[in-house]
Amino acid sequence: MADLIARPATHGLLPIEIGSVVLEDAQPEAITWIAPYNRKKSAVTRTLGGFPGPGQVVEVKAGRALSVGPGQALILGAPAACDDAAVVDQSDGWTVVALDGAAARDVLARLTPLDLRDSALSENATARTLLGHMTASITRTGPYRYELMVFRSMTQTLIHELTRAMKHVAARARLSGPG
Amino acid sequence: MRIATGGLIDREKPIRFTFDGKPVTGFAGDTVASALLANDILLMGRSFKYHRPRGPVTAGSDEPNALVTVGEGAEARPNTRATCQEIYDGLTVTSQNRWPSLRFDAMAVNDLLSPFLAAGFYYKTFMWPRAFWEKLYEPIIRRAAGLGALSGQPDPDRSEKAFAHCDLLVIGAGPAGLAAALTAAEAGADVILATEDTRPGGRLLSETVTLGDQTGREWADRMAARLAAMGNVRVMARTTVTGVYDSGTYGALERVAEHVMPGEAPPTCFWRLVARQAILATGALERPIAFPMNDRPGILSAAATRTYLNRYAVSPGARVAVFGNNDDAHRTATDLAAAGVTVAALIDTREDATSDGAWPFYPGAEVIETQGRLRLEGLTIRKPGGTLRIGADALAVAGGWNPALHLTCHMNGRPVWQEDIAAFVPTANAIPGLTPCGAALGTFSTAGCLEDGRRAAEAALDALGHSPKPIDLPDAEDTPYSPPATWAVTAPGRAWLDLQNDVTTKDVHLAARENFRSVEHMKRYTTQGMATDQGKGSNVTALAILADATGRTIPETGTTTFRPPYVPVPISSMGAGHAGKGFAPERFTTSHEASTARAAPMIEAGLWYRPSYFPVHGEKTWRESCDREVRMVRECVGVSDVSTLGKIDIQGPGAAEFLDLVYTGTFSTLKEGRIRYGLMLREDGHVMDDGTTARLGPQHYLMTTTTAAAGPVMAHLEFVAQGLRPDLDVKLTSVTDHWAQFAVAGPRARDLLNSLLEEEVTDDAVPFMSCWLATVSGVPVRLYRISFSGERGYEIAVPARYGAALWRLLVAQAESLGGGAYGIEALNVLRIEKGFITHAEIHGRTTAYDIGMQAMMSKTKDFIGKAAAARPGLTESTRERLVGLRPRDPANMPLPGGFLFTKGETPSRANAQGYVTSACWSPTLETHLALGFLASGPERMGETLRFTDHLRNRDFEVTVTDPVAFDQDGGRMRG
Repeated sequence: MADLIARPATHGLLPIEIGSVVLEDAQPEAITWIAPYNRKKSAVTRTLGGFPGPGQVVEVKAGRALSVGPGQALILGAPAACDDAAVVDQSDGWTVVALDGAAARDVLARLTPLDLRDSALSENATARTLLGHMTASITRTGPYRYELMVFRSMTQTLIHELTRAMKHVAARARLSGPG
Repeated sequence: MRIATGGLIDREKPIRFTFDGKPVTGFAGDTVASALLANDILLMGRSFKYHRPRGPVTAGSDEPNALVTVGEGAEARPNTRATCQEIYDGLTVTSQNRWPSLRFDAMAVNDLLSPFLAAGFYYKTFMWPRAFWEKLYEPIIRRAAGLGALSGQPDPDRSEKAFAHCDLLVIGAGPAGLAAALTAAEAGADVILATEDTRPGGRLLSETVTLGDQTGREWADRMAARLAAMGNVRVMARTTVTGVYDSGTYGALERVAEHVMPGEAPPTCFWRLVARQAILATGALERPIAFPMNDRPGILSAAATRTYLNRYAVSPGARVAVFGNNDDAHRTATDLAAAGVTVAALIDTREDATSDGAWPFYPGAEVIETQGRLRLEGLTIRKPGGTLRIGADALAVAGGWNPALHLTCHMNGRPVWQEDIAAFVPTANAIPGLTPCGAALGTFSTAGCLEDGRRAAEAALDALGHSPKPIDLPDAEDTPYSPPATWAVTAPGRAWLDLQNDVTTKDVHLAARENFRSVEHMKRYTTQGMATDQGKGSNVTALAILADATGRTIPETGTTTFRPPYVPVPISSMGAGHAGKGFAPERFTTSHEASTARAAPMIEAGLWYRPSYFPVHGEKTWRESCDREVRMVRECVGVSDVSTLGKIDIQGPGAAEFLDLVYTGTFSTLKEGRIRYGLMLREDGHVMDDGTTARLGPQHYLMTTTTAAAGPVMAHLEFVAQGLRPDLDVKLTSVTDHWAQFAVAGPRARDLLNSLLEEEVTDDAVPFMSCWLATVSGVPVRLYRISFSGERGYEIAVPARYGAALWRLLVAQAESLGGGAYGIEALNVLRIEKGFITHAEIHGRTTAYDIGMQAMMSKTKDFIGKAAAARPGLTESTRERLVGLRPRDPANMPLPGGFLFTKGETPSRANAQGYVTSACWSPTLETHLALGFLASGPERMGETLRFTDHLRNRDFEVTVTDPVAFDQDGGRMRG
């Protein structure tokens, strides 16, 4: 029997570099959805090595845990397990890409209503929001780096929208400064 | 004409463009209007109604006359204000609303007919016969009266939209805006400074004022540089704030690349600016005085005259007369003389005015007539002691100032009349968090504006919780301003108010005479203020004249409502990025590429794309492919991608009780490894969705929803979990995208699976309505034995990364068995033959009773929708209920949307007995089949009905049948 070949959602589509911004694949080994059962949050926190509050990203044993909803987190890294929580493998449910570069914030500002200023979205902050017409998760992982997640089926639209915004930002940079 | 020195233009950089095909040269820094004026071209447009020759009257976005089309082809922008459009090499500018040329316009005949074309003429004249208005009169009138035209080509969708956030948004960058921005920025606030102009400075760029020991423009440049160097300030030039919306959100249009040859950069950007506080420093607009024949090219506002003179080094004429009611007229004469332009006369309405300038001075005088056709040649004034003709090729008019308060009206704030400046000012707290200051608030001296800007910023800082730092503001002129209210000159002849729509003072008087006394009625009757400039220059004057005509005061008369946008916003900016693929996200299954490689036409299912059918060589119509795929499933095996169905993972100690609440049936009794069909009602008792749910573990379920309702069902479950039963310990998440899922259906489905799976599928191991964990090439898969085709059916689910590979494998194996892939056309036929419902049947108005599933509503437990579904109206046997339909002649197709009538009755609305929801050709039964809803349907089996489709003209007889047309006992799918 032939092997089933695994194919990443961004297969053949990334990386893309336009101007000062690079869009690249950032799919982790696994994505695990964790929702602690009622009154089990501290037990889950102990087991995992942390659990993020709203808008937070925390380092846990298996990787990085992002808050994605009330009492819900996604762990990006190694597969995670926990008896006191609902645990669902979402490794193939979400596409994770990274937008990196000095103008990454300007690119995102074309697509998301999220306040991207340092005062509102500092490094290691995360938010569920809109990216164009898609619901998305945006995490700031560095001064000029953001990780973006959308449902896997929308990967091509994600790349289409980001590419358009990247082109516009780069073309603006090439215009001479305001008169 | 161009002045030899001065101005903010770069004389080292000549720019060549064309106007109506003729080459024109200007300098970098010029607008189209200033460059044309520099070349003594004053005639730039024709008015909307009378096609009168017109030149620019302003130097900004309030321009009513100088509207031109810029660019060519799909990129052409009609109705562009020549006063705002910067010139660039290769720019093409075309005049509008004229034929055959701007200098000779045949439609100017309208002007000769003007005695007959007063306001209201159309409504009175073209009333009869009634049908002629829409079909004849209106199209002719519209053709004669107009602005620029769109290209007719698809918009290239090159603009963009963006968001920005700040602590403080400063709207306008004149002295008040700059002082405000500086005060706030020095205190550490995050500031956006938006200016409509190409650079900060506002009126300082147009006047010869000094601030401290610097000229106004030097100070503005230094402040702009200082702000630009601060990390917490963002200066947005060429950006007009167009509207105010809730919660500190402001719309703004940035002209990103309209000042350069079209290239890769977006022409415009529509911004959504979100600010905790905002300052309105939009300045003021100079207003005209209505005097007879005040619309000739060469007559322009005094403020605009100074802008052209001081900023662009251009004079509108060689002999310029100045007419006004305040000291700005004198300032204009001084600037003109300093530039070496002959001041033909200074005419001041104030009898006690004095002037020591070297020009003819006429206090207590008014302009009562002008001469010239394509440009001004002279004017007649009435002065104490008689009238006088003055030769002049331009006339600058200073009628006082109206604060640019438009944005304060966007949340229904009504401006307040301030007597000492004879102008409306913003009402207090018109917009939460927006503080007006400077000229926008009626403060007109430079010193007053600087101080007012600082004060407004300090108030905003206080609201933001920042402490202001002391800011040094320079000394500046502090001239008092208190003009008399001068609206119109009393003299015979047409005096224009709204130049673009050709509304005169007479039209306003006529409106008052005909009892359109409300300012809103006058506006509609005369079209005053309804052109693209929205009456920026003329509205206040028009209502002052209405007040006079109706014997009321100006505050009693009131203003019309200013609404967004402040300047025209292209639809292509507001909708930027939403054409084509930007319209909605595209969701693709993992089999998408393989399907399109087989030339399968894709059909949208919500945001998803699904293959309709898979054509093979020789098939000419979709029906041939579909029929083959149906027979393939019925006789052998077919494979179909069903990944689009919603999948919701539900876990927790409360999961079973939770499902019992949301489904009509009972799921707490479902055994592990088994699957049950479920029906979900809305709170109002109607069907919301249906699907199967598998029990994967003691506290673990997997729910399947329809493709269409995946989102709504998820939202519903979240609402129930968070809002109705927060006590239940249940956690849920969508896993739709994680799993690629394929239906394998047909008598040989099991054979196909056994050729792939490492474990052997037997009916003992995997009975009907059970689920099973298995392995394909070492990859764990989930196997569900369910059927939407009526055949032996399985659905095999694999993590999406393996979807493409598994699909190819399944199709290859199916084909080796004599089967293959099938699309949703065949899927639909298979389910109609079986009487399985989709959202065509559970369309939101049907109950479980209507679809024949009343038995699924548990009597022993509560569930959402149970009480409402028991209402008498929802359980009457006369309701329209699900039936099968079969045409008497198998070739007739009862199309969905057609209606059912009792035989012998007239097919009219009142007689309708039901309607058809789904239909197909059944290759299995060799007849057309349909599903539909019929009054008392299940009680009318065998009855012959009349089917009528009024839209598509079908009319034939059908027989009522059981909804299940094929394999009624279900033996085939149970195996």
